Amino acid sequence: MDIYKKHGIDEKEKKLLLDYMERDPSNTEIGIFSVMWSEHCSYKSSRYWLKNLHTEGKQVIQGPGENAGVIDIGDGQVVVFKMESHNHPSFIEPYQGAATGVGGIMRDIFTMGARPIALLNSIRFGELNHPRTKYLLSGVVAGIGGYGNCVGIPTVSGETGFDSSYNGNNLVNAMCVGVAKSDKIFYSKASGIGNPVVYVGAKTGRDGIHGATMASGEFDEDSEKNRPTVQVGDPYAEKLLLEACLELMQKDAIISIQDMGAAGLTSSSVEMADKGQVGIELHLDEIPIRQKNLSAYEIMLSESQERMLMVLTPEKTEVAKNVFKKWGVDFAIVGKITDTKNIKVIHQGNIEADIPIRYLTDNAPIYERKTIKKSKSVEYRDKIFDADTKEFILKVLNSANICSKKWIWEQYDRTIMANTLNSSGCDAGIVRINDTNKAISMSCDVNPRYCETNAKIGAIQAVAECWRNIISSGAKPLAITNCLNFGNPEKPEIMSDFVDTIKGITEASIVLDYPVVSGNVSLYNETNGSAIKNTPTIGGVGLIENIDFLDDFGDPKIGDEIVLIGKIGEHLACSTLEEVIYGETTGEPPAVNLNLEKNIGKAVLSLIQDNMITDCHDISDGGLIISICEMIMLKSKLGAKISVSNKNIINQLFGEDQSRYVVTVSQNNRYNLFSRLEKLEIENYILGKVTPKELKINNNITISMDELTNAYESLIPSIMCN
Amino acid sequence: MDVTIISFPGTNCDVDTANAVSRKLNTIPKIISCKEKEIPKSDLIIIPGGFSYGDYLRSGAIAAREPVMLDLVNKAKNGVYILGICNGFQILTEVNLLPGVLLKNNSLKFISKTIKIKIIRNDTFFTSSFAKNETVSIPVAHHDGNFFIEKKALMEIEDNQQIAMRYVDPINGSLNDIAGLYNQKFNVLGLMPHPERAIDIRTGSDDGIKFFESMLNFANI
Repeated sequence: MDIYKKHGIDEKEKKLLLDYMERDPSNTEIGIFSVMWSEHCSYKSSRYWLKNLHTEGKQVIQGPGENAGVIDIGDGQVVVFKMESHNHPSFIEPYQGAATGVGGIMRDIFTMGARPIALLNSIRFGELNHPRTKYLLSGVVAGIGGYGNCVGIPTVSGETGFDSSYNGNNLVNAMCVGVAKSDKIFYSKASGIGNPVVYVGAKTGRDGIHGATMASGEFDEDSEKNRPTVQVGDPYAEKLLLEACLELMQKDAIISIQDMGAAGLTSSSVEMADKGQVGIELHLDEIPIRQKNLSAYEIMLSESQERMLMVLTPEKTEVAKNVFKKWGVDFAIVGKITDTKNIKVIHQGNIEADIPIRYLTDNAPIYERKTIKKSKSVEYRDKIFDADTKEFILKVLNSANICSKKWIWEQYDRTIMANTLNSSGCDAGIVRINDTNKAISMSCDVNPRYCETNAKIGAIQAVAECWRNIISSGAKPLAITNCLNFGNPEKPEIMSDFVDTIKGITEASIVLDYPVVSGNVSLYNETNGSAIKNTPTIGGVGLIENIDFLDDFGDPKIGDEIVLIGKIGEHLACSTLEEVIYGETTGEPPAVNLNLEKNIGKAVLSLIQDNMITDCHDISDGGLIISICEMIMLKSKLGAKISVSNKNIINQLFGEDQSRYVVTVSQNNRYNLFSRLEKLEIENYILGKVTPKELKINNNITISMDELTNAYESLIPSIMCN
Repeated sequence: MDVTIISFPGTNCDVDTANAVSRKLNTIPKIISCKEKEIPKSDLIIIPGGFSYGDYLRSGAIAAREPVMLDLVNKAKNGVYILGICNGFQILTEVNLLPGVLLKNNSLKFISKTIKIKIIRNDTFFTSSFAKNETVSIPVAHHDGNFFIEKKALMEIEDNQQIAMRYVDPINGSLNDIAGLYNQKFNVLGLMPHPERAIDIRTGSDDGIKFFESMLNFANI
């Protein structure tokens, strides 16, 4: 096979490359081009559209383009966060793929000078009974836990979904959140001609060579043979690297720093030099290596984990060396910054590569790929067949996407750092900032069913739901990150959905003042030509300025009234109920009125922060009744007695209309609550009361606590523990 | 009260433990490296949780061979109070300051949850503020917490009443539901639960405070 083709470089790109170089490139140079021009590194299909995202706001200190986004939380502190995909590696080797996904995103955070305080994830698998799901789910969960638990960062929130479209291509999106001082943020822009380029961290081996290229292709039956391109993680090495880097960051020695992620030494050196508009010279004989006889090609393309590249002030090099020595982490001066604007690679006396950096970055291919709207989805079936309401509730609670994920999150250390304020099963994870009364709230959300049916509505809904989950925890939503997981962008229907997704995210983040500050795109999530459902995962971060109100929140009491804030449910098209009953959905997902969303969200946040309600849960998948079950029965172990009108009872209970919350209010506060909501002209309905046990609807449906708990808790253990 | 915390490469609960000590024992602990040959004069030495040396080879095995261990064993013999939490417990068994071993959980999975623990004795340095057989809620987070010991030795530690606490419901396969264990002189305690994560009701439980209260009371006598 043609060497270019083997490197994923097509005919057109080959011609461009040869035009740029005006000579035959070396093997190492072809390797460097191939990874830098891969979808994974170059964003060649998505770059054109990503610039439309809404990335600004007074809370934003650093938007997309750095290792992670940075937002202001006052008092001289900032939050640094990002989400990243590790889909392809996790399908080939679930444990290491997921583990290194967590390790990679953590490095993006501490590279910027922030100490990680929380991890989140959004993971998706094929159908629960698909033969590969059990293997993938247990491997991915063990990998996420194995890495995060060992480094010692709590995993505080996440979501897990199952759908046949992921049978051949599971998703692992990992998010990390850190806190730094606003005057101690580190960037990747290199500067200072002659300054030393320093390599720190684990030694370089042959693992992960061409990971970025692999992650930019589709899968087929032979994907197993890609196993050697998956990196192997060492969380212990990461912990030492983390502590050493954070210690050095206190010593004014670092000019710029960049982690070696996808495409390893190549992309980190190219990106640092590119940002600083300088050149970089690397002497590969100085690179700490794990095995003998590594070629320049292999060293440049290795994706060995737990490595960083830094530019140091020359006079602080010795200080830096001692810090890394203390932590037992390799430290080597491997090159220098030059004024050539080229990347020059020298190995065993030979110049292995000498490439103008702009060819690898700004002048890399960029495509405005063809878009064609896909044919409209099926008309809504209009009526869900009548059945026993009780049976519906139990069936939905026992379905893969709604049921308890305790089997998963009990494998993640959620209490380490002793600042996790809600360690089990809430809308969002809340972590206090040590030695303060402030806390950060975080959530990951997307509904692929909606996004596949209508990309724009689905994207708006994902942002809105992520906003709602942050609100429900009592925090003010500040900004988002995202992971845009799609199929092959060369298919015009998929590209069209991608473009609509960007439009949706942009529209929602403008209205909600919820800008995108970082993110990642994962394309070619296909096996044998069959793509995953569009899955633009949104990760949101919010701030609680003073956690005191939390002492009296999240704990509904018997006798409290249950109130629906927002409209009465109607919308069953594209709903969870429809999916559970029929195995597929019809019609359009529920649309979000963003201005209404904003008004209701602000009102609910003020009710929580003023301690006017005792608990709050957003209404999303499964509708009102599932929210009530989750909040009152399954979380607080109490009962509820509610009444709804007998007309369209299924729509009221399971409708997935947007911008809604269910809250509980004590008798003392009910008058204040209703008068405030009336003043704000926000629709609300009294549904019933919190009772000691069982769920009662309209006096004719009774479901015991045991029935509810069993339906909710039994599904995943029944599959995973057998 | 002088408190020293020993940190190993890969220890990750040293800061949490130091925070708990300074908040609840009203003293700033010294954190020292396992490479030190001598532990400063201390009333209490804590080996905190984490993954010393990545748990490679066997949890606690490499840590138990560090220079600091010689002095730790000496100080234990001289009656200095020593508390090992989670990985600290594993290290204490590896260095033979406590009997038995901690195997992989019988589920072969990491377990992180807040669980009920029964305090068996309330007449030691570590537990005097508890009621006898008091049940408390404390988080656990471990992969290797399955306490095992041969039959005869198990009978011995039971007869000597060395069991410090038991899980109310079995969680990891530990023999006799052992969650915490004393040495024969009751100056060394190994715990799988993490009391340092249970000192603030806002994080779910403050039942861990009583450990620190106990130690403070004892120190003040």
